[in-house]
Amino acid sequence: MPRILKRLPPWLALLLPAIVILLVVVLIPLLLSLYSSFTPYRLTRPETLYKWIGTYNYVKVATDVNFWWAFGRTVFLLTVALNLEMLLGLGLALLVNKVTWGQRGLRTIMMFPMMFSPILVGFQFKFIFNDNVGLVNNALQSLGVTDQAIAWLVDEKLAMFSIIFAEVWMSTSVFAILILAGLFAIPRDPLEAAKVDGCTPWQSFRHISLPFLMPFIYIAMAIRSLDVARAYDIVQIMTNGGPARRTELLWTLIGRTGYVDAKMGLANAMGYISIFLAIFFTIYFFKKLNASRAVLGFNH
Amino acid sequence: MDINQQHRLRKQGLRAAHLIALFIAMSIICLPGLWIVLNSFRPTVEIMAKPPVWIPERLSFDHYRAMFGGVGEGGVPVLRYFMNSLIISLTSTLIAILIGIAGGYAFARYRFRGKSAIFVGFMVTRAVPGVALSLPLFIVFAKVGIIDTHFALILAYVAMNVPFSIWLIDGFFRQVPKELAEAAEIDGCTRWQAFWKVEFPVAKAGIASAAIFAFLTSWNEYALASQLTRSVYSKTMPVGLLDFTSEFTINWGGMCALAVLMIIPALILTFIVQKHLISGLTFGGIKG
Repeated sequence: MPRILKRLPPWLALLLPAIVILLVVVLIPLLLSLYSSFTPYRLTRPETLYKWIGTYNYVKVATDVNFWWAFGRTVFLLTVALNLEMLLGLGLALLVNKVTWGQRGLRTIMMFPMMFSPILVGFQFKFIFNDNVGLVNNALQSLGVTDQAIAWLVDEKLAMFSIIFAEVWMSTSVFAILILAGLFAIPRDPLEAAKVDGCTPWQSFRHISLPFLMPFIYIAMAIRSLDVARAYDIVQIMTNGGPARRTELLWTLIGRTGYVDAKMGLANAMGYISIFLAIFFTIYFFKKLNASRAVLGFNH
Repeated sequence: MDINQQHRLRKQGLRAAHLIALFIAMSIICLPGLWIVLNSFRPTVEIMAKPPVWIPERLSFDHYRAMFGGVGEGGVPVLRYFMNSLIISLTSTLIAILIGIAGGYAFARYRFRGKSAIFVGFMVTRAVPGVALSLPLFIVFAKVGIIDTHFALILAYVAMNVPFSIWLIDGFFRQVPKELAEAAEIDGCTRWQAFWKVEFPVAKAGIASAAIFAFLTSWNEYALASQLTRSVYSKTMPVGLLDFTSEFTINWGGMCALAVLMIIPALILTFIVQKHLISGLTFGGIKG
């Protein structure tokens, strides 16, 4: 084996472990699921795996209104959550960056939500938004804002809001930490020159700091859009897609179809259509990242 | 009012606004977590009290006692889960980082055909969400017969963390000037010595930050773990959290106690690596 390794070009020898493990753990299972999406495979009846039904599952998914609603809701959640996290993360990073004393402590506190397991965040907010004993309702009632219990997770509009709140709470620090890293890296000279030239703080932020921060923002966007699946844990725990499917996202729908309804073939067809969404976001943010780096002349 | 005074007032106003905004932001970040910690020390009666009890009457360690009580009395085998999580997370992080260093070095230092295609290909594997992967992975692992083992989860988490680690570490190696390593080789170092003595120390910060991301990902992962584990022999803590739920009720106190136990290692590790995380990402971010 080592002799074969030595004959390979060094880059391939170095990349080989990564390629092997990704082939085995990601690609082979994906090919298997691609095959099973053309069968009526049910977990409870293994023999169904050998029956070929062509594109039947895909046609069924494509014409399923519930699927497209879940698809739309996922895009909605992604867009709203990513943009909110970006704005709040930028604000948080600017606030922390201005602190001169005790900044290291603040930075550790700032990363606190990152350390929570998404499933834990789900339970935490399920409890906090509980209509009877939850923290939010208790606080509102103690302050006399409302005398009725607000059913945060049962009301169809509030449920989505609660989920977005949990998602944003958990992930804003990912943006904050990357943007803060960007703020530290901004060269001082252009900022001072701008000050001498009489730029207002807003102008120098808009035209000097912000373009410099854009690559960091896109890296965070790319990472977060890659981790969209994390929303699955939160949603599954908080509402399990309810009430009446109002918070049903792609991944909760797929999980339910595959494991609860045991229609594995159908679930895999859904999965395949959904993966294209993730790939689209990956490539989109990658291009944006490269473009914003090109502006700064960092593309080598 | 003269201009100087006006200026001073404005400056003081901005300072106050900054402090208030910072305080509000930090409160929102800390309160939900603090609530969990407080609840883990209250008797269940107080957690469910209405009107709410904001300040606990007395500290109660009942939930912790019940949690560590053992399997026999209907308790959750928390220590088992903790050990499983620790073994799986640390091992998979270590392996992913080693593969990440090799891969990142290859991307940063060598030119070869199809480089960007392979790079994007790696990223796309990360785009496949855990829940979509858990269906087919379960079938494959069941066929091979490694369901419910540490090995299965370690394998899955290494694959999950490799693309991201390569991406980050590649950025850090690029930031080391090529001339530095070449100079070392001229001075009589082997390529391996040059890597170990010159390039590795400079990229160390980036490797540390990739490690913390990888560790947090494996430590907190649920979708794959819930499918690939079956019993106390391999269940991790995120899966163990569900032991505190039954069909209609949730044991909030016990769950909060386990949550505290889950956060502590992450908190310690993040605090230690925190300094590197900032300086590290600075370089990794720019030069991709």
